[in-house]
Amino acid sequence: MEFASEKKREILSSIARNDGHGEHSPYFDGWKAYDRNPFHPTQNPDGVIQMGLAENQLSFDLIEEWIKNNPTASICTPAGVGKFKDVANFQDYHGLMEFRQAVAKFMGRVRRGKATFDPNHVVMSGGATGASETLIFCLANPGDAFLVPSPYYPAFDRDIRWRTGVRLIPVPCDSSNNFQVTLAQMESAYTKAIEANINVKGVILTNPSNPLGITLSKETLTSLLSFTFEKNLHMVCDEIYSATVFNSPAFTSISEVMQETECNPDLVHIIYSLSKDLGLPGFRVGIIYSYNDQVVNCARKMSSFGLVSSQSQHLLASMLSDEVFVKKFLEESSRRLAKRYSRFVEGLKQEGIHCLEGNAGLFFWMDLRHLLKEPTHDAEMELWRVIIKDVKLNVSPGSSFHCTEPGFFRVCFANMDDHTVEVALKRIKEFVSNAMEVAMLRNTGERGISA
Amino acid sequence: MRLLLSGKAKCNSHGQDSPYFHGWQEYEKNPYDQTWNPKGIIQMGLAENHALVQFMAEIRGNKVSFDPSKIVLTAGATSANETIIFCLAEAGDAILIPTPYYPGFDRDLKWRTGADIVPIHCASSNGFKITACALQQAYQEAQNRNLKVKGVLITNPSNPLGTTMTRAELDLLMEFIVEKQIHLVSDEIYSGTVFSSPNYTSTMEVLSKYEKAEVWDSVHVVYSLSKDFGLPGFRVGAIYSNNDWVIATATKMSSFGLVSSQTQYFLSSLLSDKKFTKNFISENKKRLKKQHALLVSGLWNAGISCLESNAGLFCWVDMRHLLSSNTFEAEMELWQKIVYDVKLNISPGSSCHCSEPGWFRMCFACMTEEALEVAIRRIKACVESVSGGRDKVLSRQRCTNMNSGKKSFSSWVFRVPIHDREAGMVLRGPDPNYRRSHHDQVEAT
Repeated sequence: MEFASEKKREILSSIARNDGHGEHSPYFDGWKAYDRNPFHPTQNPDGVIQMGLAENQLSFDLIEEWIKNNPTASICTPAGVGKFKDVANFQDYHGLMEFRQAVAKFMGRVRRGKATFDPNHVVMSGGATGASETLIFCLANPGDAFLVPSPYYPAFDRDIRWRTGVRLIPVPCDSSNNFQVTLAQMESAYTKAIEANINVKGVILTNPSNPLGITLSKETLTSLLSFTFEKNLHMVCDEIYSATVFNSPAFTSISEVMQETECNPDLVHIIYSLSKDLGLPGFRVGIIYSYNDQVVNCARKMSSFGLVSSQSQHLLASMLSDEVFVKKFLEESSRRLAKRYSRFVEGLKQEGIHCLEGNAGLFFWMDLRHLLKEPTHDAEMELWRVIIKDVKLNVSPGSSFHCTEPGFFRVCFANMDDHTVEVALKRIKEFVSNAMEVAMLRNTGERGISA
Repeated sequence: MRLLLSGKAKCNSHGQDSPYFHGWQEYEKNPYDQTWNPKGIIQMGLAENHALVQFMAEIRGNKVSFDPSKIVLTAGATSANETIIFCLAEAGDAILIPTPYYPGFDRDLKWRTGADIVPIHCASSNGFKITACALQQAYQEAQNRNLKVKGVLITNPSNPLGTTMTRAELDLLMEFIVEKQIHLVSDEIYSGTVFSSPNYTSTMEVLSKYEKAEVWDSVHVVYSLSKDFGLPGFRVGAIYSNNDWVIATATKMSSFGLVSSQTQYFLSSLLSDKKFTKNFISENKKRLKKQHALLVSGLWNAGISCLESNAGLFCWVDMRHLLSSNTFEAEMELWQKIVYDVKLNISPGSSCHCSEPGWFRMCFACMTEEALEVAIRRIKACVESVSGGRDKVLSRQRCTNMNSGKKSFSSWVFRVPIHDREAGMVLRGPDPNYRRSHHDQVEAT
């Protein structure tokens, strides 16, 4: 049976046979644990609570209300079905003009008018997943490398590397300066790569950061942009969480920094999506925004491999053009994210658990170093298994984000209701008091003092 | 300033410089509309199902059962085809494809995967059917180019031929892939458009009756709702395979191009209405058959024949007799006249890698009946003006040197190498006498 299975595998490509898809990471193991035993307040109150999925589920009611009030935006309503034929037939990879215009306007609005976007530079893709891969296909060849500050989003290993053959070189950040990436760290990583004969093509930043939940400062962005300009490298900014900033400092986009810093616009590219800001991951709306015409042309051709459904383009063109709705949504969504974040962080503080001070994203970066048996990744994984199995919370271990410092975990807070938040906090409270007891016993045992 | 882009961004493997796409661009600049632009270019280069907009149907209209756990959804057949090739092949590998084939394959299968395509040459002499000899020759050619053959990819029903594959061809293919231990990918995107006999035989049907079990893991089907249901904008494609490694890998890769959940939700509701889908499929086929017949008879009346076809949204049209010479240059010359002067966007056979000049794909399902009639009138007028000029040119040529080398549109008809025109090919048309009289006139020169 095993031999037959191996034979089935042998006839595949090396991409199909390798582990480049990255799904053996604990990041995904936790999801699988959740899938096997998902929490439900009444049907499965002892199930695993999903805190490993960065989804924004706090503001659906606003979108639902809009949809009810705008039946022509849907081609499946009597009011909107007149457009069905044109929309269903539309497969032009430029995308509906009104969709591109709406996205460009929305992106400008999220940046509080500090940058404007040209609809002709908006290229669709199959979610940010598709956008990331496509952009890299346009910028780099197999064997080329991109520098990326760690901890970073685990799926970059798949999206940036798997089918493109491109490499990722982490630029490790740590708690000594709240995980801020510095120019010195970037330069050091770059130099090491060059000395190892690696062809570095660019830098990838996620701003706001996943998993840290913080925005990059204007100073950091400026220094890094200058660095890439000086070395003739691409600057790729994944701004997928740009509208999830809920506290100061306000979001600074690379599109803003470009206007005030010497750079080569042909080297600057933004990855965007509506999955996080609007909470619509199912609609697969990925965007590549490049200031380089050739990249726009190439990415547009490649977008054939992952166009956004015209049905979704049509709906979103209408929604995002509604300035009143957009203003209300952005304000309210930020408010709700701030409230939810605050509830969790305060709740954890009461149990002696600290988090990196965050101001954006759908998660926080939790510090559990004091609960580790020892400051190692093995100990982190051991703790993580306990959290999944016994505490029944799917949180994501820092090592899955390539964090070099053991003991940090990413915890998502925006994908559950208020009741589930309280259940999660209660479980953490119980776990922490048990863990502290165990730690105390261990310490007294080590010191040879009877308990 | 050196542009720091990838080889993929700088190369032409996306294939969009093909006249296949230029015709579309010309259409977009000057599109026909019955009311506001009656002189515009008529779109016959897009294979859309324009005939019906309201529909529901089943995923396949054939005689096998499918296991839902063996399907992977992708953003259109474009994504499905690329994904399956990413799973099966890489740089240094080749996929064999019978010609003529869908021009988009050059991009979909080769561009980012690095794999290569080696054509299996099919000829008009037997209606463009696949032969054992052609398969072996293609395999050999790949080897001569130091390429490792990983599989054969067919489109069944065929684009651009509009024909369904015979059982004999499918059996031949199965034997071939078993012998060579390679894959077979069957793009069945037009499986719901078979409007007349012979009945459609899908690859899965043949596979289910195949004795050699190991071949089960090597056969994969690609599908989409774009053609059968006319929903290309919704980007709904699928890969079906018995090979669980392929399914597992393709599922992971589908993250790069998933189907919008909004669209999935809508379509699952649509497709589960069995009464509607049954009615839709049958009505769609009736309308396709009617539109097809209109085009074929209209062309016949203009002295143009088509390959006999029973499926798809297009006809494979024989205009070899209108070429100034039996060359691809002459084919391009004729194509340009048709796009810019006659104002019809049709696809030249060379863009489909046809090995014989003079064939064109004409789509009939992406327009109304009225527009189709206008298209036919334009073609007829064009051919008639050629015939009308024929007598004057005839007398001129009796007096002048035949080797003047001067080419003109009206003189094309006199240099037709028609000796192989009908050999083995079935022509459609109501009046066989037309051919004979046409022959006589040409041979008189």
